[in-house]
Amino acid sequence: MRIVVVAEHDGTAVRGASLSALAFAQSVAAAAGGDVTWLVLGHQVDSVAQDAARFAPVLVVDSPALENPIAEPFARVISTVVKERGFELVAAASSTFAKDIVPRAAAQLGGAMASDVVRHELVDGRLQLDTPRYAGAVTATVVLQGSPQIVTVRGSAYAAAQPSGETHGVERLELDSAVFNCRGSYEGLKSKQNARPDVTEARVVVSGGRAFKNAEDFEQHVGGLADALGGAAGSSRALVDAGIAPNELQVGQTGKIIAPEVYIALGISGAVQHLAGMKNSRTIVAVNSDPEAPIFDVADYGLVGDVYKITPELIEKLESHAVGLSR
Amino acid sequence: MKILVPTKRVPDTDQKITATADGSGVASDHLPFVVNPFDAIALEEGVRIVEKLGDDSEVIAVGIGEADYVHQLRTALAMGATRAICVECDQPLDPWNVARLLKEIVLREQPDLVLMGKQAVDDDANQTGQFLAALLDWPQATFASRIELLAGEIRVDRETDHGIETLRLPLPAVVTTDLRLNEPRYASMAGIMKAKKKPLDVIPVAELGIALEPRVEVLRYHSSETVRRGERLRSVDELVERLRQDVGAQA
Ligand SMILES: Cc1cc2nc3c(=O)[nH]c(=O)nc-3n(C[C@H](O)[C@H](O)[C@H](O)COP(=O)(O)OP(=O)(O)OC[C@H]3O[C@@H](n4cnc5c(N)ncnc54)[C@H](O)[C@@H]3O)c2cc1C
Ligand SMILES: Nc1ncnc2c1ncn2[C@@H]1O[C@H](COP(=O)(O)O)[C@@H](O)[C@H]1O
Repeated sequence: MRIVVVAEHDGTAVRGASLSALAFAQSVAAAAGGDVTWLVLGHQVDSVAQDAARFAPVLVVDSPALENPIAEPFARVISTVVKERGFELVAAASSTFAKDIVPRAAAQLGGAMASDVVRHELVDGRLQLDTPRYAGAVTATVVLQGSPQIVTVRGSAYAAAQPSGETHGVERLELDSAVFNCRGSYEGLKSKQNARPDVTEARVVVSGGRAFKNAEDFEQHVGGLADALGGAAGSSRALVDAGIAPNELQVGQTGKIIAPEVYIALGISGAVQHLAGMKNSRTIVAVNSDPEAPIFDVADYGLVGDVYKITPELIEKLESHAVGLSR
Repeated sequence: MKILVPTKRVPDTDQKITATADGSGVASDHLPFVVNPFDAIALEEGVRIVEKLGDDSEVIAVGIGEADYVHQLRTALAMGATRAICVECDQPLDPWNVARLLKEIVLREQPDLVLMGKQAVDDDANQTGQFLAALLDWPQATFASRIELLAGEIRVDRETDHGIETLRLPLPAVVTTDLRLNEPRYASMAGIMKAKKKPLDVIPVAELGIALEPRVEVLRYHSSETVRRGERLRSVDELVERLRQDVGAQA
């Protein structure tokens, strides 16, 4: 099977979530036979291509039209390259970037697509894919009909691929200018500057819920505990809706879906939509004043009490015990 | 302005969903059904745009599925949609075929804007809007948290992993909604009464002249369960101890 993986990047290096998609692709190629190639898209992405080449051969499409992520040209570039090169499987991370553009490319390629793959198996030459449904309550095992097959892969389900130890080739593709046509225009990105790691990349995630009354308290308790553990700060939707936590911190069915080594839920009730985002974490800790809170049903360790009292004590004791994780 | 809002009928998200014992589907007999929450947001946004324009603009709700879909389309009408179209289809549908059927409705109705949910909370696919935009070759803006109407264009704020992105698109376009776009209203009693008189066309799927092309074959469903230690701790000291075992040892 000829496989291409869309490399999402930050302008310099490939993002961790794409390395998980690469790991999926390499595992399929190992079972089915075949090869895996990166597709790097963007403008002035030489350093990204070099980073990617540590893992697998690279195709690059570099154009000013790909400076900002707009679905129309990105999708057309992907579908054009897939057709020209005869790729049979296209994989990408389950990120908002890929969820915007990859389905659009998939429709241009015949519509055989599975989102959020968490497991795969080759059975009688057919690729069986596990995809979560109903906020993860149910998993469906599916087979895609038609070629190429297009998938997004959950970063939390596949450990990142490792560099192969050699430097692979980088090939730049020249495409017809019509491929880059775009009717929309990009007017910018507003992000909160967050010095902490992203929830999708951290080994420890500390999330806060409606228990926290304002942004200062959230920063002090949730941010403070995250810092004490060298981890990321996350939140339930309740705090994002209330404007207390920024949007990109939201964990859940409609936020980010993560599986860190340790997830600490502070004052979060444990609604199914929240659980969908974190229930595969390796160790789950819950602190909640309500002993009946559903979050305790999925927790390895539960502590009943007031987060405003418990968190400062925890931060202080952790700092004096020097428990921490390097990223 | 004509706004088309595809709406899916899904089990209420607060219900516990499990696979049937034989793995052929999910146990749904006992479940209450609702308009997919993201589609309710799309409907609300469409209705607000029409209310603001105050002209003969309309919001058309479309549902593709079994005859039961009319219940949720009535809800859409009660929330303020002008009229509704039910494409009756009792075969299983995947996003590819929903998008192909929606394209036919778009070609018939010629809307300026298709507003729809970013994801249906049953299959969680997050594909149909993007598929439809590709099939129509229209610009798209997914995961919208703000929509501003300009002359012949829209400006959309999009929720991404890295913050809020702003896009400007010419119409017609496909926009998919995220949670923070608005708070959908509940259908009022007056709305429900009015809805009874609003047009709801039922079209048999055969009439659209599209042969279904299945793309996703589901082999089986199974319920996801993970077993947890579930240990209740008595003090912060105990928690520090556990974190030291679980976290510290890996550092
Ligand atoms: C379609 C849809 C998608 C959704 N997607 C998401 C999603 O992606 N992510 C998400 O999180 N939610 C999502 N939600 C919302 C979800 O249903 C819940 O409303 C939300 O998760 C609740 O957040 P919370 O636990 O912080 O607040 P609450 O449910 O209000 O819980 C607050 C908890 O804090 C405890 N508490 C209060 N004060 C203290 C204190 N001083 N000390 C200790 N504990 C205290 C309370 O006992 C309670 O358990 C979605 C909803 C819908 C309909
Ligand atoms: N059967 C359907 N009828 C009408 N709209 C649908 C249907 N299926 C999906 N949609 C629309 O497509 C969106 C995304 O669905 P999905 O790609 O399945 O996650 C939904 O929020 C609806 O707006």
